[in-house]
Amino acid sequence: MAQTQHPQGVFAPWDDPAEKPIIRFQSVSKHFGDFTAIDDLTLDIYSREFFALLGPSGCGKTTLMRMLAGFEAPSEGTILLDDKDIAAVPPNQRAVNMMFQSYALFPHLNVHDNIAFGLKRSSMPKTEIPARVDEMLRLTRLEKFAKRKPHQISGGQRQRVALARSLAKAPKLLLLDEPLGALDKKLRNDTQFELMDIQERTGTTFVIVTHDQEEAMTVASRIAVMDEGRIVQVDTPDRIYETPNAVYVADFIGDVNLVHGKLHNDDQGRPSVHWGEGRTPIVGSMMDPAPAGTEVHFAVRPEKINIGTERPRDVTNCVRGKILDIAYLGNISTYHVELPSGEVFKAQATNSRRIARRSFTWEDTVWLWWSDTAGIILTR
Amino acid sequence: MTKLRRFILIFVPYSWLVILFLVPFGIVLKISLSDIAIARPPYTPILDLSTGWAGFKEYLSQLDFENFVFLAEDRLYFLAYLSSLKIALISTVLTLIVGYPIAYGMAKAPNHWRPTLMMLVILPFWTSFLIRVYAWMGILSQEGFLNQFLLWTGLTSAPLTILNTDIAVYIGIVYTYLPFMILPIYATLEKLDDSLIEAAEDLGCSRLSAFWLVTAPLSKPGVIAGCFLVFIPALGEFVIPSLLGGSDTIMIGKVLWDEFFSNRDWPVASAVAIILLLLLVIPIILFQRNEQKNREANQ
Ligand SMILES: Nc1ncnc2c1ncn2[C@@H]1O[C@H](COP(=O)(O)OP(=O)(O)OP(=O)(O)O)[C@@H](O)[C@H]1O
Ligand SMILES: [Mg+2]
Repeated sequence: MAQTQHPQGVFAPWDDPAEKPIIRFQSVSKHFGDFTAIDDLTLDIYSREFFALLGPSGCGKTTLMRMLAGFEAPSEGTILLDDKDIAAVPPNQRAVNMMFQSYALFPHLNVHDNIAFGLKRSSMPKTEIPARVDEMLRLTRLEKFAKRKPHQISGGQRQRVALARSLAKAPKLLLLDEPLGALDKKLRNDTQFELMDIQERTGTTFVIVTHDQEEAMTVASRIAVMDEGRIVQVDTPDRIYETPNAVYVADFIGDVNLVHGKLHNDDQGRPSVHWGEGRTPIVGSMMDPAPAGTEVHFAVRPEKINIGTERPRDVTNCVRGKILDIAYLGNISTYHVELPSGEVFKAQATNSRRIARRSFTWEDTVWLWWSDTAGIILTR
Repeated sequence: MTKLRRFILIFVPYSWLVILFLVPFGIVLKISLSDIAIARPPYTPILDLSTGWAGFKEYLSQLDFENFVFLAEDRLYFLAYLSSLKIALISTVLTLIVGYPIAYGMAKAPNHWRPTLMMLVILPFWTSFLIRVYAWMGILSQEGFLNQFLLWTGLTSAPLTILNTDIAVYIGIVYTYLPFMILPIYATLEKLDDSLIEAAEDLGCSRLSAFWLVTAPLSKPGVIAGCFLVFIPALGEFVIPSLLGGSDTIMIGKVLWDEFFSNRDWPVASAVAIILLLLLVIPIILFQRNEQKNREANQ
């Protein structure tokens, strides 16, 4: 995370009651006909944040952005920007720039003029515009294509033009709708760092839509996971990953093993999950205590599960099964282990040894175990 | 097999061009080089193949450019061409001014309205062109609907003279050729991605400047096509100026008619037609060049 580099300590305005959010969604809903695209959404975004929106296709990410940019008006609720209701402010008077998911490049203008378009409409002196455009071209590595029209460049280059065009005016709030999807991995990583760098330098607030979790994890100060027009969880990347508040979030971000069962609280109030007759209950951590007997899910990440041929001593969470499949991913391998009851667990281990020297392979019987705090018990 | 197909594909349109354009053009060109005669057909010489090679040479030697010289010497023709150009040009601009907002409105209308609006634009084609022009005579004449309406509202105290003036001709041309302006402009505007306008507004444009900087340049091909589709037929227009125009409305189409049917001077009439065609060929070539350039730029 970029923000951890701040000298004054961790960047966490959302934990500071004195901080004022730059954007406030207050019970905002958006209906298209009888379809609800945004459903009673409340959300605060703070200045200098790098806020990532994550969610499946059609969950309302673009709609949310379009309301911020001024192309859609909320059907209900209010959106405050700097404490002012922006409903009546037209798009050209908002200190907001948006990079469109469809890029929306002007086909009759070349790359240079596309990037200069916003600058020419700003208060920037005419003489300074070329330098600014050149800077943007350099940043997005488009120097060679400045004179080309949008239809004469590749899809990834077009995406970079759209990004450069939205960055050029250095607005207070930048909305990026899948800004890096068409780029190759290396260019994407470089651009991510460029974005974080720009953010550090200019203090712009970024709201970014991405389908790439790794990207969200790398760049975001906070991530909002959306589902069908609602926000399921807003949190820092590590908390989203480590302590999801719902099965939906755990399942959406990264890989997870899910076990369904009934909650049991022991004498000390330690929660565990009963997940079948004759099986040792699974112990895990729980954020919000719930009464015993509640239907719950136990979620644990594959990399938190150890795998071995010997039964370890002194662990509560331990199961035995047969290796069904091994997915070799280079640095790590994922083992699919089938329990006698039919459930399949995924466990990840780093490949510190060469394949040939691994101590277990297909059809081998192995033990899986994890610590009491490795997994999390979820009520929804 | 593919060779045969390619041959047919090329042959059919070209034979169309040869039969319906080049052959008549050749005939008209030949007549324009002939002399007037009181005969049937009313010109001479007439090709007679029975006289053989010598006869053909004799025939060729009788063709000359006399009629074109005549056209150049009589100022009437020059003025007629000039006045036609002026009327065609002004009516093209007027049609654009009227047509663009209509096309724009159609393109911005809700999707389910568009077929209906399109129907309304082409609906007038379902009645005879002549009847529609006569209808305008009924509207514009001294006792016509327009004057009756103006007198009734008290906007004017005496009926206006509109029929048999250039104004009536402009009204007639704009009305008649409006669909040819609307349709190509509508086609380009309809293709226009709304997000481009949103992007322009997002980058600081007002509605109006977004229109000038994005919509207008992107609809240019449609505007150019529409202007040519109006200008070219308007230049040679005959029915509208002769029915709606006055005696001082001179258009080359009318001159052509008079030469053919009143004076029965086919050779001069043909020469007038050939010059008109040459006048039209220039804008058509310019138009084609422009299209070609656009296409190359878009590759
Ligand atoms: N103008 C509109 N009219 C009707 N429905 C709309 C309109 N715009 C969006 N929707 C619907 O609203 C929902 C949310 O759309 P949105 O574009 O915000 O999704 P998204 O989260 O950006 O998806 P993606 O990841 O595929 O871009 C979708 O189901 C979409 O069909
Ligand atoms: Mg989207």
